[in-house]
Amino acid sequence: MSFHKKLERNSLLMLVCIILVVAIGGIVEIVPLFTIESTIKQVKGVRPYSPLELAGRNIYIREGCYVCHSQMIRAFRDEVERYGPYSLAAESMYDHPFQWGSKRTGPDLARVGGKYSNEWHVEHFLDPRELVPESVMPPYSFMADADLDYEDMAAHLKTNRHVGVPYTDEMVAYAVADVEAQVDPDGDIEGLMARYPKAVVANFDGDSSRITEMDALIAYLQMLGTLVDFTGTSAAQPDGED
Amino acid sequence: MASTSSDYNYGVVRLFTIATVLWGVVGFLVGVVIALQLAFPVLNLDLSYTSFGRLRPLHTSAVIFAFGGNALFATSYFIVQRTCRARLWGGPLPMFTFIGYQIFIVAAAVSYVTGVTQSKEYAEPEWFVDAWLTIVWVAYLLVFLGTLWRRKEPHIYVANWFFLAFIVTVAILHILNNLAWPVSFLGAKSYVMFSGVQDAMLQWWYGHNAVGFFLTAGFLGIMYYFVPKRAGRPVYSYRLSIVHFWSLIFLYIWAGPHHLHYTALPDWAQTLGMTFSIMLWMPSWGGMINGLMTLRGSWDKLRTDPVLRMLVVSVGFYGMSTFEGPVMAIKAVNALSHYTDWTIGHVHSGALGWVAFVSFGAMYHLVPVLWQRERLYSLRLVSLHFWIATVGIVLYITAMWVSGIMQGLMWRAYDELGFLQYSFVESVEAMHPYYIIRALGGILFLLGALIMVYNLWRTMRGDIRAGEPVVASDPTTEVTPATAAAPN
Repeated sequence: MSFHKKLERNSLLMLVCIILVVAIGGIVEIVPLFTIESTIKQVKGVRPYSPLELAGRNIYIREGCYVCHSQMIRAFRDEVERYGPYSLAAESMYDHPFQWGSKRTGPDLARVGGKYSNEWHVEHFLDPRELVPESVMPPYSFMADADLDYEDMAAHLKTNRHVGVPYTDEMVAYAVADVEAQVDPDGDIEGLMARYPKAVVANFDGDSSRITEMDALIAYLQMLGTLVDFTGTSAAQPDGED
Repeated sequence: MASTSSDYNYGVVRLFTIATVLWGVVGFLVGVVIALQLAFPVLNLDLSYTSFGRLRPLHTSAVIFAFGGNALFATSYFIVQRTCRARLWGGPLPMFTFIGYQIFIVAAAVSYVTGVTQSKEYAEPEWFVDAWLTIVWVAYLLVFLGTLWRRKEPHIYVANWFFLAFIVTVAILHILNNLAWPVSFLGAKSYVMFSGVQDAMLQWWYGHNAVGFFLTAGFLGIMYYFVPKRAGRPVYSYRLSIVHFWSLIFLYIWAGPHHLHYTALPDWAQTLGMTFSIMLWMPSWGGMINGLMTLRGSWDKLRTDPVLRMLVVSVGFYGMSTFEGPVMAIKAVNALSHYTDWTIGHVHSGALGWVAFVSFGAMYHLVPVLWQRERLYSLRLVSLHFWIATVGIVLYITAMWVSGIMQGLMWRAYDELGFLQYSFVESVEAMHPYYIIRALGGILFLLGALIMVYNLWRTMRGDIRAGEPVVASDPTTEVTPATAAAPN
């Protein structure tokens, strides 16, 4: 208690002690996540987002979808049956920021890719209650009318590279072209598919005259959870994880 | 009592007090709107600006940072001056923190509704808003420290320990969690430095300590001044204050991973988070006991002073939600409660019952002092506010308990053939009545706040409601013999 008397009389000493005391927990819990290699077990198939998917992800972020939708399937029987194999750390290793979410007012979206058709998504965004009468999701019809702003996708890829996503120079150079290639099923997609394997190529919103925010968002949703191949593995032991 | 009130900088405290009350009403109103949106989705209006995903961060930021933040500025600037018997340090700096902080709030609010967000929960503002807040926050720390340095009391009063820990820790959390790389210097968009599992850990290290330091440590500072002041009694135990303070700030920092149970976060981190969350129960209740036992010998004042009643009930809610929190941090419980409305209910028993009530109590005490009025316009209206808001809170949290636990059970229910019994949307449909009850609770809480606005406005004008009994123990006036044992 006599030491504490000193603290109570010296605001700087108290400040230093506070900083030391609050630093401990953070250091112990956070630093090892960067140093222990097994934190993220490498799995085959995980790749950076294609430029169109990244643009769609940015719309997902802009609209605050995370407040109602999680992207993190927990390792429970019911969740695996409802949503698919539980989420692996590697599957969000290129997510700046992570979008695991904390609330399921709507269902988890970690593996929504390929579960519904593009047309279903378009209808659903225009008016969710048209397809799901009990839904409480807001409509997002304005996205069908909003042209996608993708002129600066190269800068977005470069910024991602600064924070650790392995985009190559080639990917950056083709950023804008790859956006256009991914919404044109009749065009040349060889380069796109080589750079971004398993990318879904489609005229997502059904309007081939222009590229809208709806195109980008659906492109993002349709790839969610599809990169890692879980066939032939039990839910408890996905491919590549020991 | 060497200093008189004219030596203190009350001007900036008055401004923060007004901002607290006004932003509070805005935050509660947006809360009611989004609660109604969940019950009646047509209220999203099919407009980008008014959709739930954009308004929900507006609500959380308005109540936490605008209402709560201004309350912390107002009370900490008041308390540090009174308990140090020194004027706020820094010349124009306190006023800069006021203007700067309001700019931060407006910038954050405008950016959310226009879709400029990081989508990191409770840390949504983009990099340029974050940078501005950092400048304001450093100024706040300097004002607070500078005032401590010029104190005329040898000891730093316990409330100021909590404020100091709150200010400096929030600075650390804010800066590290928001490290980001802007796409261009003139653009709003940035990408955060960390990704996936590390970003998740950092985010909830920040997020849980936004609760621990912003909404708890700071407001405990309020408790440690206003409860003894209003009760006219010294703090129950000085020794318990010391143990409470150091154990609380040490343990809180560890609790973040309980937001990430059963996720891809490594198990060792989850286990640490759970363990420390459970331990956190002890200092939390130590603080509650210290607050409640301060009333020993003057419990009778609860009958006559509705402001003290509000303060004491807030400490009761603090005890309740800091018991519920550790329970929900147990992995087996969290398996059910995570992702459900139970979490929302838990947050609101803390936010409405503890944070808002202790702030209301502080505002009711502060306004007559700051505006140098004899007493509040009406204590009966305080009592009315208290009861309406309390009923609102009870409706809110019970509705969320029922809906949350029901959701959790429906998601994991199997039928006799071994199939999942409910589709997801069946659980959505089942929530409807509870979302209406919750909205009703929110409306009552908002109504109570509007009564407070009226009461405080009349008090500022110097009105006193006719025909009301005068409470002899109302210690609102500057210095009365009853408060001699309490801090300055």
